Amino acid sequence: MTSFASTRKFFHQAPWQLWTAQLTALIQSEVKRNFLKRRSIWIYLVAFAPAMILLLMVLKNPPTGQDNIQESTSLMANLFQIYYLHVGIFIGCMGIFTWLFRGEIVEKTLHYHFLSPLRRELLVLGKFLAGMVTTTLIFALSVLGSFSLIYAHGGAAGRAFVFAGPGLGHLAAYLGVTVLACLGYGSIFVALSLVIKNPIIPAIFVLGWETFHAILPALLQKFSIMFYLKQLSPVPVPSNGFLALFSVGAEPVSPWLAVPGLLCLCTAILAFACFRIRKMEISYLAD
Amino acid sequence: MTGSNQIVFENVSKFYGEVLGVNRVNLVLPPGVTSLVGPNGSGKTTLMNLMTGLIRPTQGRISVLGLTPDKPEEFFRLVGYCTQFDSFPKGVTGYEFIYQSLKLQGISGNEAQRMAKEAIERVNMGEAASRRIAGYSKGMRQRMRLAQSIAHHPTVLVLDEPLNGLDPMARAEFIALFQALGKDGLHIIISSHVLQEVDKISDQVVLMNYGYVVAEGRIHGVRNEVKEHPMQILVRCSRPNVVASRLFCQDHVVEAKLHPDGKGLLVRTQDADQFYLLLNRIVIDEDIAVETVAPADDDVNSVYQYLIGGSGGTV
Repeated sequence: MTSFASTRKFFHQAPWQLWTAQLTALIQSEVKRNFLKRRSIWIYLVAFAPAMILLLMVLKNPPTGQDNIQESTSLMANLFQIYYLHVGIFIGCMGIFTWLFRGEIVEKTLHYHFLSPLRRELLVLGKFLAGMVTTTLIFALSVLGSFSLIYAHGGAAGRAFVFAGPGLGHLAAYLGVTVLACLGYGSIFVALSLVIKNPIIPAIFVLGWETFHAILPALLQKFSIMFYLKQLSPVPVPSNGFLALFSVGAEPVSPWLAVPGLLCLCTAILAFACFRIRKMEISYLAD
Repeated sequence: MTGSNQIVFENVSKFYGEVLGVNRVNLVLPPGVTSLVGPNGSGKTTLMNLMTGLIRPTQGRISVLGLTPDKPEEFFRLVGYCTQFDSFPKGVTGYEFIYQSLKLQGISGNEAQRMAKEAIERVNMGEAASRRIAGYSKGMRQRMRLAQSIAHHPTVLVLDEPLNGLDPMARAEFIALFQALGKDGLHIIISSHVLQEVDKISDQVVLMNYGYVVAEGRIHGVRNEVKEHPMQILVRCSRPNVVASRLFCQDHVVEAKLHPDGKGLLVRTQDADQFYLLLNRIVIDEDIAVETVAPADDDVNSVYQYLIGGSGGTV
C-alpha cells in the first residue's frame, strides 16, 4: 500500500467523533485548572501590569484631549513590542505552557492521562489548545486594556484615531500578533517541558535567542518566533541605541509569508513534542 | 502474539539504565484473580507498569487480550489500573475526579454521570463524593482511585497494593469485591504484601524475586513443585499414634509429629497423593475416626517462604 493510500485509509477510519469528544473534555478541564490555579496569580500580574500602570496614570492625570496621537501610537507600539512580546507574553507562556506537563509530573497525576484511552498526541494538542485559550484571553484582554487607556487619554483625537482612523486596524493587528505570540512561545515551552526538567535555563536561552535574533544570519532568524511577529506588528519601533537590540530590524517578510511561516514553525515544534510524549515513561521518582 | 483472552509476556525485560527491573519474563495470565507476590523491589510494579504502557520494555513484547497500549482507544477501554501513586488533580471532588476521567474516555455527559455514581457507590463513597479529595483520609483516597479504575467497566483490572491504607472492614469489603469481579470473568492482577489476604482471593500466583519470575501457576501446583520442602498435612483424628506408626514405614513420609493434645498429628511428606491414599487405607484398617485432614502449608505464605525466604507475613 502506498503511503498516500495508507494515509487516506487512516483519515477515513480514524475515530474523529471520539477524538473530538476527548479533546473537548480535556480542554474544558485544563482551562479550568489554568485559570483557577493559585500559582497563576503572578501571570495575571505580569499580564496586567502595564494596563494597571496606565490606569493609575489616567487616574492621576485625567484626559485633557491635548495628547499627541503620534506619541500615543509610538507608546503603544513600544509597549507592545518591548514589554508584551519580549517580557509579558514570553514569561506568561513560560509559566502556563511549561506547567501543563511539568505540573502534572510534579503533582504525580500525568499517569491518569496515560491510562485513559486518549492518544498521547491528542493530549499534547488538548493541553496546548487549553494553554492557548488561557494565555490568549489573558494577554488579549491586557493588550485591549492598554490600547483603550492610551487612546482614551487622547480624548476626542484618540477616539477619532480609533474609530475613524487606523486605530481599529492597529488593535486587530496587536491582538492577532498576541495570538501568534502565544502560539509560538506556547509551542516552544510545551516541547521544552517534555525534554528538560527545569525549564528556566532553556527559557533564558530562548529569551536570548528571541531578543538578539536580529543579529543572527538571515537563515537562523527564520527559526525565531520574534522574526515573524515583528513583521506583523502594525507600527514599527525605531531601532535606536540600546533598543536596537530589542526592536525589529530583520529583512521584511510579507504577512502572507510570516503567518504561514510561524504556523509551520509551531507545527514542527508540536510534532517534536508529540514524538517526545510517545516515548515518555512514567517515573515520577526520577523527576 | 498469542491468546486474545490472555495477558501475554514474551521474553520481557526492563532495565532502568543499569538497574534491573524485570528480566526475561515469560508469562501467560488467564482470566481470574492473579496475585503478584514478592519482596519490595522484586519487579511487581514494574510488571504492572509494563502491562499498562506506563513504561516500555527494553526488550520483549506484551499483549493484553491481544492489544497493546499503542492503540489506547481500544486498549484502555478494556484495562483499568489502580496505581500506587497516592495523588490526584488539585481542587477536585471525588465525583469530579471520576466524572472527568470518564469524559476523557469520550463518554457522553449523562452516561458519564451515571457511571461515575455507580463506581462511587460500588466503593461505598457516596456520602463523601461531593467533598474535595484533599480532605479525604488515605483509605478514602484509595477507594476513590479504585472507583476510577473500575468506573469504565474494564475487562482487565490491574491493582497495585490495593489494600494499602484500608482498615480491616474495608479490606474485607475490597476482597469480596475483587472476588466478585473475578467471578464475573475479569482478569484481576493484584499485588499485595498481605499474603494471607491475597491467598484467599487468588486463582493463581506469580512469585517474583530480584526481577525474575520464581514460580507461577495455581497455588497448589506451585506448592507441589517445591520438592525440597515436604508438604505439611495436619490430621485431626482418634488414636493418632496408630496412624503415625503406620506412616513411619513409608519412604515418602519424612516426619509424623503427634499433637500435644493427643488428638492429631502433623505429617510431612514428599508425596501428598500417596499419603492421602495411605491414610484412607489406615482409616479403614484401624477404624480411625477422622475429624479433619488439611494441608498446613499449601498457601501463598508458605510458598513465599520456601521460594523467596523471609518472614512471609509481609513482603
